Amino acid sequence: MLELFTPELLDKSILILVLFLVTLGIAAYSTYFERKVAAFMQDRIGPDRAGPFGILQPLADGGKMFFKEEIMPNASDKLLFILGPSIFMVTSLMTGVVIPWGKDLEMFGRTITLQIADINIGILYVFGVVSLGVYGIMIGGWASNNKYALLGAVRASSQMISYELAMGLSVVAILMFTGSLSMKDIVESQSGSILNWNIFAQPLGFLIFLICAFAECNRTPFDLPECESELVGGYHTEYSSMKLGLFLFAEYINMFISSAVISCLYFGGYNFPFMDMVSNPLLLTVLSVASLFSKIFFFIFFFMWIRWTIPRFRYDQLMRLGWQVLLPLAIFNILLTGGFMTLKDYLKF
Amino acid sequence: MENIEYGAIFLQFLVALGFVGVTMTLTHLLGPKRKSDKKLENFECGIETTGNARMPFSIKYFLTAILFVLFDVEVIFMYPWALNFKELGAEGFVKMLVFMGPLLLGFLYIYKKGALKWE
Repeated sequence: MLELFTPELLDKSILILVLFLVTLGIAAYSTYFERKVAAFMQDRIGPDRAGPFGILQPLADGGKMFFKEEIMPNASDKLLFILGPSIFMVTSLMTGVVIPWGKDLEMFGRTITLQIADINIGILYVFGVVSLGVYGIMIGGWASNNKYALLGAVRASSQMISYELAMGLSVVAILMFTGSLSMKDIVESQSGSILNWNIFAQPLGFLIFLICAFAECNRTPFDLPECESELVGGYHTEYSSMKLGLFLFAEYINMFISSAVISCLYFGGYNFPFMDMVSNPLLLTVLSVASLFSKIFFFIFFFMWIRWTIPRFRYDQLMRLGWQVLLPLAIFNILLTGGFMTLKDYLKF
Repeated sequence: MENIEYGAIFLQFLVALGFVGVTMTLTHLLGPKRKSDKKLENFECGIETTGNARMPFSIKYFLTAILFVLFDVEVIFMYPWALNFKELGAEGFVKMLVFMGPLLLGFLYIYKKGALKWE
């Protein structure tokens, strides 16, 4: 037990706190940029009242949530009603721990790893925690005892488990040539030339993973669990005050983390072109972190871009895409990768 | 070394739990409490609430969940194979094809049976 209290653990604690604050900050400002991007695409101005250019809007929104009345319907199951958003929020904060945020930091004569936990099950851990998030939605929707909420929750869980299959299969193809589940190993294997990024080896796998990531985050065009025109608010119809806030906030955290996972799996993570030309280790660390975050911001913007471009699917179309298109395509991708690698090994080129 | 990594995950869990706990308590204490019977009724677009929401729903969702369990187990079987793909070589690839054959047959079966039809 004593060996736990080492300088390494202190580093990790600081890293955890910093990343926690960064995650909250990015999630909060994603709500602002979502509205600004929406406004830009629809030729409007967007939020501009709170502070210059409305940049204090997320703080105002968050603060308001705290001072709203907390409603718990009489017919609801009180304990589960509180448990739902709690589980959803905790799981979304837990997914980020295996992501390597940058090159090792050399400071005070010690090496500090910019990754909370470099565990050898890496990507499997992400899938595990993400699928626990389904419980949050399901429990929240069921506990409300509201018809819209229940329908939304059933839709959400059914959609998320369906797309998890294709997502898991698309990653298998990457593991075949990386040979490791650890996120750090996967990112390190893409270092060097930009052509080493997995996107060039796995364009089909990337497409499948991207579509599944949209479905897992319940983002448009897969936002059927909460489509206003049919289900009022979906699984969070009965929620108010910060309980609703946690549901909405966790979705933005999920979006941030899935952008990070996409960048790590397919776009080289913290690697950037001409990386070996930077000799200063501190500068290298800073640039690598900046490189990962610029990729993440691009994907967050991409999520928003898609939201205002593509209309929502019908439920039968969504299920058909998941089961009859993406699943066979992911298996085909594995066979293609396996066949190519075997052939390459056989012909020795 | 692994201990520290899992310890860090546990710390992250505590931070997440603390954040959720503090927000839940704060919003409970800060918000106004003006409850009435009408307000605590379930929302149903303004009309009288009828019956209980927890009634039977489409069997399709249940079927999807069962199929997910079946296929997810098979996907998990592929992970150890994919990790050792380079060592297993061509022989391992052929063995995986043998494994995938019945899987695809099963998929074809549920497709022909109409288990994936939602119309």
